[in-house]
Amino acid sequence: MRSFLPVLTVVSAIVAIWYGACVWLNAAWTRDQAARAGEEAGFAEILAGSFSQERPVLPAPHQVAAELWDATVAEELFGRRGIVRTGTLSNRSLVYHAWVTLSATLLGFAFGAGLGILLAVGIVHNRAMDMSVMPWAIASQTIPILAIAPMIIVVLNSVGLSGLIPKAIISAYLSFFPVVVGMVKGLRSPDAIQLDLLRTYNAGRGATFWKLRLPASMPFLFASLKVGAAASLVGAIVGELPTGAVAGLGARLLTGSYYGQTVQIWAALFAAAIVAAGLVGLIGWVERRTLARMGMAR
Amino acid sequence: MRDDGALMAETGGSDRTGPVIEASGLGLTFQTADGPVRALTGVDLAIGRGEFVSFIGPSGCGKTTFLRCVAALEEPTEGRLSVNGMSADAARRARAYGYVFQAAGLYPWRTIAGNVQLPLEIMGYPKAERAERVRKVLELVELSGFGNKFPWQLSGGMQQRASIARALAFDADILLMDEPFGALDEIVRDRLNEELLKLWNRTGKTILFVTHSIPEAVYLSTRIVVMSPRPGRITDVIESPLPRERPLEIRDSREFLEIAHRVREGLRAGHAYEV
Repeated sequence: MRSFLPVLTVVSAIVAIWYGACVWLNAAWTRDQAARAGEEAGFAEILAGSFSQERPVLPAPHQVAAELWDATVAEELFGRRGIVRTGTLSNRSLVYHAWVTLSATLLGFAFGAGLGILLAVGIVHNRAMDMSVMPWAIASQTIPILAIAPMIIVVLNSVGLSGLIPKAIISAYLSFFPVVVGMVKGLRSPDAIQLDLLRTYNAGRGATFWKLRLPASMPFLFASLKVGAAASLVGAIVGELPTGAVAGLGARLLTGSYYGQTVQIWAALFAAAIVAAGLVGLIGWVERRTLARMGMAR
Repeated sequence: MRDDGALMAETGGSDRTGPVIEASGLGLTFQTADGPVRALTGVDLAIGRGEFVSFIGPSGCGKTTFLRCVAALEEPTEGRLSVNGMSADAARRARAYGYVFQAAGLYPWRTIAGNVQLPLEIMGYPKAERAERVRKVLELVELSGFGNKFPWQLSGGMQQRASIARALAFDADILLMDEPFGALDEIVRDRLNEELLKLWNRTGKTILFVTHSIPEAVYLSTRIVVMSPRPGRITDVIESPLPRERPLEIRDSREFLEIAHRVREGLRAGHAYEV
């Protein structure tokens, strides 16, 4: 509760700046309209015009909020194709598109995190992997995802894979990297005394891994999972762009830009941000529970 | 105490006579970027069962290095070293010793009982016996009732006691201690020294104890090994005439002060060429 006021202040400031920017960016359109009609637009007209255009350069916060409401709750509850009338999610609703993206994100994240953890275990235990895998992992992240995503889609499509899997693979491609880096660091975090101690017990590699390295790496794992989850969502959205904009948040972004529907684009962006925040929040919750059970949260 | 027989046989047997630890001409040279560093040279020492031997000297004199050689955490480059009648590494694999480090090094994600239980889990003790042993050693170091606490809930002295319990939990009859109380304040240190002596009397373990405190070395030991640096070597070995029962007041007795004086002289002699 103590942080409520500061947070509110920051949010208000952002909204105020946003409204200001709306006037600044959208005023030209109102002036043009007035000039075409042979009139002079007054301040009140400009102000009103900036916040109510159908395709503004920058939509006002309340326009985005209204679109978010219309495209989620209103669409599903009252829409002709909504879940209330048809029993299935409407293909015009952001809930449906967010779910399409989220399912690819979750699958890709599971792939990516699993792969990242396995690679990290290999890197820590095998000198050859230590020397060979990391440079490739780093190189993989220097390739722009926008360049490689269509290639992955095309290649996988030619072997008969389409839809969820290719998107999940692009998503995994982005999310494995932070997990590898974080887990390598975490698995190597035990200090010399702790490793020597296990040596005095004549503990093998297995015991060292399960009893020391793995538990010691937990804080690192959760930090890198949070980064990985966000990257995973970006990957899924990017993976939806070259598929012909069938479904998903990426598709909404693409159709929005085809038809200049800036309000729709911004609503989709916010939907993506809300999904990402939800994922990171969920991981944070698991992290708090796990570390508390391990006695590491104070 | 069911598995003791089997374990003793494995660790070399407790009825063996002769030295538990025997070093002759022992030396260790580290290869560093600045050339070789002779950490230890010409160490001849035999330690009998049930002795309490302290190693004292300035930093760089090789006292910790010697302890690490006994524990097979370092490999000597010269000479011979036997522990329980076998090579140091064989003794390590037979779990012949418990090692107490300078820092308690408890796992923060395990409770005190969980930490003490760690070696037992690794060595494959059955579950019921683990609990029984943990209870016993926690009682021995006066930490009964703290088993369910996490390390951060305990003071530094209590953490170090827990780490001693961890080294006692399995039946190793050698205890290697590397400046275990170095980071603690004088008052806690006195108390732990007293407790350690009691523990030694009760368990009859052979203890090798590294310190850089003269009073601590004299108070605890049956023998004091004085060492000096560059290259690390033994300069004096002092037999203590003090009785096994030692109240803290013994530190004001004439014998005590005489031994302390001799240790100090030994340390000074080792340093003479540098000044």
